[in-house]
Amino acid sequence: MSVLVYTESENGKLKKAALECVSYAKAIADEMGTSVTAVSINANDTDVLGNYGASKVLNVNNDALNTFNAKQYASVIEQAAKQEGTTVAVVSSSADSKYLAPLLAVGLEAGYVSNVVEKPSNLSPFTVKRTAFTNKAFANTEISTNTKLIGLSNNSFGIVESGGSASVEDFSPSIADSGVSVESVDKAVGKVTIADAEVVVSGGRGLKGPENWGLVENLAEVLGAATACSKPVSDLGWRSHSEHVGQTGKPVATNLYIAIGISGAIQHLAGISASKVKVVINTDPEAPFFKAADYGIVGDAFEVVPVLTEKLKAFKAQNA
Amino acid sequence: MKILVCISHVPDTTSKINFTDGDTKFDTNGVQYVINPNDEFGLTRAMWFKEKQGASVDVVNVGGSETEPTLRKALAIGADSAIRVNTEAKDGFAVAKELAKVVTDGGYDLVIAGRESIDYNGGMVPGMLSGLIGANFVANCIGLEVDGTNAKAVREIDGGKETVNTSLPLVIGGQKGLVEESDLRIPNMRGIMMARKKPLNVVEPAGANNETSANSFEKPAPKGAVKLVDADNIDELINLLHNEAKVI
Repeated sequence: MSVLVYTESENGKLKKAALECVSYAKAIADEMGTSVTAVSINANDTDVLGNYGASKVLNVNNDALNTFNAKQYASVIEQAAKQEGTTVAVVSSSADSKYLAPLLAVGLEAGYVSNVVEKPSNLSPFTVKRTAFTNKAFANTEISTNTKLIGLSNNSFGIVESGGSASVEDFSPSIADSGVSVESVDKAVGKVTIADAEVVVSGGRGLKGPENWGLVENLAEVLGAATACSKPVSDLGWRSHSEHVGQTGKPVATNLYIAIGISGAIQHLAGISASKVKVVINTDPEAPFFKAADYGIVGDAFEVVPVLTEKLKAFKAQNA
Repeated sequence: MKILVCISHVPDTTSKINFTDGDTKFDTNGVQYVINPNDEFGLTRAMWFKEKQGASVDVVNVGGSETEPTLRKALAIGADSAIRVNTEAKDGFAVAKELAKVVTDGGYDLVIAGRESIDYNGGMVPGMLSGLIGANFVANCIGLEVDGTNAKAVREIDGGKETVNTSLPLVIGGQKGLVEESDLRIPNMRGIMMARKKPLNVVEPAGANNETSANSFEKPAPKGAVKLVDADNIDELINLLHNEAKVI
């Protein structure tokens, strides 16, 4: 009986979400009176996981797993869970983890709850709080199976250092058939993704055209932020669909969300409502976004944003 | 090629979300229901396979009779026939298990489901279905071509996309990108008239158990009023973000 957490990595380095998942797993394990085991695939820096609450790390190193494959990765985690006698397994909300989680749930015969935002409110019956209706509500959801699988929302629990250390073991699972093989990957290098970002700067139709996106990009660069956009902007083809945030686009759960020239349609506000602090810059004081935001500036983005960018640059230089 | 498109019956994206019965049930009062947007992109892609490659397209929903207008709309868009599994959709697992029986009984080659429904956002039905029937699976699918039994799909990943090769039988979790917003079809009068005559078969459930249950709902705490900062006083905004919100 241990809590198992899948610690996701990219290019051999653990992702930030992995540290959050371990911190979360540790909080559950403490309540259950058990320990945390992390399973990691081709990551080089797993010895740090003890500091976030793992007692044991299962390191899988296998060239056959260099490319992410949902079925193969789910099978690896399933084998680790079975070896460890796991009753609660935790994965992140990255695109890859959300891809493998339903397969893992079937393999473990585990009840699966995604988009979980808090530590279980109760262990018996096992109950967790998740977002539903695209962040317009929360559902307190009971899992009735013996084994439970939790998909933790990014940036919901936070990273907690506990100062422990973990024993690291090699783990050599059998490798399942892939069924799906990757032909090519098209990914911007060195760009912060919406999923991993702590800050997102987002632009709407108020920016008047794709040629003005330098405003958004410059501000994002100063903040180390990802860039995003509203639905009309992606529908007009000003920006790619992958930047569209909202109910039918990507959900955003960052620490800081800055909306520039976005009026705040209900579908957009739903998609970003899990973000902790929201700032809106818009010429129209009646824009619905002002009702959803924490801080607002009524003003012309073309005047306000360059000043904000310069001042933030100076602020960052001073506080570096 | 036999295609099955899974249709979720969901509140329109503009719906106000409220709960009744001591916050244990979704309040359907005044709510307009639509085809789940992610499913509609998949259905539209399926129509392309029907028109260009001679595929047959059936649609399926797991739910009570109240979902039939949504299935009729899918028929009006162009699906050949509809199946309704006559049981309440209790959780993602139970729905996946009911769908697994429909897929096996109907011998479907390609199952197109939405990435997630916009009401419960579980994002688990297509993946669980693939696991239960042993089919290949591509999540967050934004492009799909089929040639014989081979398929090429594009998956959205964090920060980009990847192109994969796989084969039928295949389940996909689709989303915008499979077709564009402008490709979506509004049923015309002829389609609506024809849809009335198309078969809508009600089948009894396999009796799948659920593994999870949403016991109660709550709405986010009401937000405080926005703090407005003067456009000439950007320093104040930086000060608030640093000292009050502590996010920079």
